[in-house]
Amino acid sequence: MTNALTPLNTPTGPAAQVPDHPVIEFDHVQLAFDENVVLKDVSFTLLSGRTKIILGASGSGKSTILKIITGLLRADGGSVTVNGHRIDRLSEWEMMAVRADLGMIFQEGALFDSLTVRENVGYKLFEESNMPLDEADRRVEEVLGFVGLGDFIDRMPSALSGGQRRRVAIARAMAFKPRILLYDEATTGLDPITAITVNDEIIKLRDLEEVASIVVTHQLRDAFYVATHMAVRGADGKVTIVDATHDKEEETEFIMLRDGLIVFEGDATDLRKSSEPYLQTFLS
Amino acid sequence: MAFTDNWLKRIALEVQEYVRLIVAFFRATVSPPFYRYDIIEQFDAIGVASLTVVLLTGFFTGAVLALQSGQTLDQFGARPVVGRLVSASMVKELGPVLTGLMLTGRIGSGIAAELGSMMVTDQINALRALGTDPIRKLVVPRMLAGIFMAPVLTVISDFVGIFGGWIVARFQLQVASGLYWSSITQGLYMDDVWMGLLKPFILGFVIVSIACHVGLQTTGGTQGVGKSTTNAVVAGSVAVIAVDYFVTRILFSVLY
Repeated sequence: MTNALTPLNTPTGPAAQVPDHPVIEFDHVQLAFDENVVLKDVSFTLLSGRTKIILGASGSGKSTILKIITGLLRADGGSVTVNGHRIDRLSEWEMMAVRADLGMIFQEGALFDSLTVRENVGYKLFEESNMPLDEADRRVEEVLGFVGLGDFIDRMPSALSGGQRRRVAIARAMAFKPRILLYDEATTGLDPITAITVNDEIIKLRDLEEVASIVVTHQLRDAFYVATHMAVRGADGKVTIVDATHDKEEETEFIMLRDGLIVFEGDATDLRKSSEPYLQTFLS
Repeated sequence: MAFTDNWLKRIALEVQEYVRLIVAFFRATVSPPFYRYDIIEQFDAIGVASLTVVLLTGFFTGAVLALQSGQTLDQFGARPVVGRLVSASMVKELGPVLTGLMLTGRIGSGIAAELGSMMVTDQINALRALGTDPIRKLVVPRMLAGIFMAPVLTVISDFVGIFGGWIVARFQLQVASGLYWSSITQGLYMDDVWMGLLKPFILGFVIVSIACHVGLQTTGGTQGVGKSTTNAVVAGSVAVIAVDYFVTRILFSVLY
């Protein structure tokens, strides 16, 4: 994927302006649905510009963590801090301000099927901001170009393939320039080649836009791809995906969830070297 | 015992969530942001687009009313007053109720299916994540359209029903047109007109609020959407009939 990208605005939110500052903090978070305990005691910190990859079996609570961060679910216990705000104490109305700096990519994309690609991608700009229409349109074209779907701007979501829908969802999430992006099984159900296309977008956003991100997946292939590759912009402005340097690899951490607890936290090298039986089974 | 316990808990939860939706609706109508384009769009989708079914329903209801009542009135030599019976029945009762039942089938099912589909495909969560309150964006426009377009459609249905009754009275019952149209107004009192105008506001509110509630509670994929659609129509239809009875009783004591 070699798309040039014009420079974007400076980061927003106080935490996001400071390198390696915590942007998301989970502290002893618990959540249960009736008798089903999904999260027992989960604690982790995401620093600005860094990436966390959350792995785990189906039903282990990975997507639940993302929904707690965006305020779609409320934790039963513990504290959750996003960009300095204790979101577990905020009302739905107060969460709207926090969500201004959060972009979420849902499983299957969750595109609005009665709106065109343009209206989907620009939804927040058109409906929830005072941005002039022509400026919003320019931004929509810019982000669609970034994900390589500039020609699809007037199509309906039903006319897109699965991979294209995920990429439009990424464009929608990044259109309003959030400093934190959350990916919920962004490549699940896609063929390997299409998955790599989506992974490349994740890498580009991480490395070129310096957004902090949490990637939830059970696809090990995609998790390792994101952790071991990086995006670089050449002198001619073209972007290429190359093998990550050792320092870059260390900026991406893995979290393994099991039975509502974190059983592993470390980078790709630590994950490969781990002798923990559950991890070995998961990785095999 | 456990079955009864669970059943009662489910009912209590349904009532709780419905009341929360209604409170959120009223709060959203008096505080910004307002999604004006969506409101206009829903007035068109619910009001204008329902005209055909309301016209047909009203016409044939008035026609069959004249047909049936003409036969009965003949036994008392009172066929010429068929107009009074048609107008009073249409304006006070049949217009609001049958229009409500048609709207339940047409828009209630559509709203439940649309919102239900959005629920099971995470579009509602996507709206919230993008900073939009789904109640303001989706529920308020539909409820305002239902509340204000139901009376308009009912009035149209009443007129068309009375016209349908005239067709039958004139050409089948051989009642003179002048006699028919003059008896229309003789049978109507202002209180009847008020009753016929106030009921549709309440019925419109009930139909759309139930459809929105059922839609937003949908789970279980496409099967769940199908169930929600059915539930919205069944619950809405029963509610129209039941609410009509209670509202009529209240209006009787207030107006008459």
